[in-house]
Amino acid sequence: MKTIIRRKLKESAIRIFFFTNGILAIIILVGIFFFLLYTAIPAFREINIGEFFTSKVWNPTSPVKEEHGIVSMIMSTCMVTLGALAVAIPLGIGVAAYLSDVAHWKVREIVKPIVEILAGIPSVVIGFLGIVLFGPFIAKLTGQSHGLNAINGSILLAIMALPTIISISEDSLNAVPRAYSEASLALGASRWQTLMRVKIPAALSGIIAAIMLGMGRAIGETMTVLMATGNAPAFPKGFLSSIRTMTATIAIELGEVPYYTTHYYALFAIALVLFIITFIVNLISDLILRKYQEREL
Amino acid sequence: MELKAKMESKHLNFYYGNKMALKDISIVAPANKVTALIGPSGCGKSTFIRTLNRMNDIIAGTKVEGEILLDGVNINSPKMDVVELRTQVGMVFQKPNPFPKSIFDNIAYGLRIAGMKDRKKIAEIVEKSLKKAALWDEVKDRLHENAFALSGGQQQRLCIGRSLAVDPEVMLFDEPCSAIDPIATAKIEDLIQKMRENYTVVIVTHNMQQAARVSDYTAFLMLGELIEYGETTKIFTNPKNKLTEDYITGRFG
Repeated sequence: MKTIIRRKLKESAIRIFFFTNGILAIIILVGIFFFLLYTAIPAFREINIGEFFTSKVWNPTSPVKEEHGIVSMIMSTCMVTLGALAVAIPLGIGVAAYLSDVAHWKVREIVKPIVEILAGIPSVVIGFLGIVLFGPFIAKLTGQSHGLNAINGSILLAIMALPTIISISEDSLNAVPRAYSEASLALGASRWQTLMRVKIPAALSGIIAAIMLGMGRAIGETMTVLMATGNAPAFPKGFLSSIRTMTATIAIELGEVPYYTTHYYALFAIALVLFIITFIVNLISDLILRKYQEREL
Repeated sequence: MELKAKMESKHLNFYYGNKMALKDISIVAPANKVTALIGPSGCGKSTFIRTLNRMNDIIAGTKVEGEILLDGVNINSPKMDVVELRTQVGMVFQKPNPFPKSIFDNIAYGLRIAGMKDRKKIAEIVEKSLKKAALWDEVKDRLHENAFALSGGQQQRLCIGRSLAVDPEVMLFDEPCSAIDPIATAKIEDLIQKMRENYTVVIVTHNMQQAARVSDYTAFLMLGELIEYGETTKIFTNPKNKLTEDYITGRFG
């Protein structure tokens, strides 16, 4: 009798332990959200919320007229992110397809770990590359005075997103049952047709997940864009103009801002907006994933 | 045997790396007949049938020696287009392997990759192929449902229809009934029986009764060697080789 009670106690203790672990992730997430919300709201005591979301001018320290518009930053973040994806998606899927379908297995065994190591390069190093390598190159190519602009940031973020996209896409292409490609080949399809019409569609959920993870990295990346995009807090005129992303603005200004001022709170408001954007991106990718997984079954 | 060979292997050796999987195999698959390959597991019968549409090409480190002829043309010669070969020599696999697409799209796949655009014509051929595969009546009202919603036997008939849609001359069956229940098996055997009117059929099976039921000619393989080849009736009633007799009477295998 006693042993049964003891066993039951043990069981429930273990259950509570794992439940706590599981719930912890949610608590942290919700905690961060409410912390941001709590620190962001005071900003709107002085800033007009409409102005915050529609004004292109961010000049919170002006002695004449303080302005807190984040449109330029949102635009900048979107530009570098989309630019990065435009480079990284075709390249990443191409490399993944090469590794899974074309390359000799010995080549794959060497190349794939190297690609994965790329993911571990610190963002400072990538940013450094942007300043000394891509910057001058872009400047020369476009005839501008310097190459610290949106396109530079896009290329660097693409490099940072590539390892994730390649690695996960390759995994999911490899996970496509061989029976599918055999069936396709036996019907007279070329390897290219088999890849495009059978393997990539079958691996699509994994590929989308890979792209979304890459995108998540690009949106939230700070150091690289801070170093390589020129940090001009003006509305970007195009991919060749210098920009300043939301992340870079927070990183640059939060170190020097007087605490508990409107400026301080406004920076948290930017962080909150960024948090919500990434949350939405993740949500959408989750929905897409679920839709495709249903179709596969 | 005076037979018009549709497909034929002459002194065929096959290697996986250094391992020799087929030794000096010479088999004739006569036109409009069903040729069965039987033998214990690992005897090379699946390897053999996969050399007939060069499916082994996709496995790294394999090597073919000797000749395989389709209408007298060596299919391993550099001039042979493997895509062309595979539209002439269709294949149905051990496990039903429909694509994760609709029933219609599964059948239309081969037509579309061949560049057919005419929707009406595609729909026509899809219907014709499903009828040939004896599946039309069961699926005609749900052509746009996912193929995975079908039962195993139906999926296998779908795969047969998918191969027939590209209008092959030879049909290869690699143990087509090993993952299917007896009633569905009977339906597929029925199909194979009828197919000899228009196609040359080669079937691998581990089920001797099945070979006896559906085939005109039977080849018995063991450990990569051809032990005996001849008319099915003779192989099963009066085998020349002691090993064949032992195998078909169930003494081993």
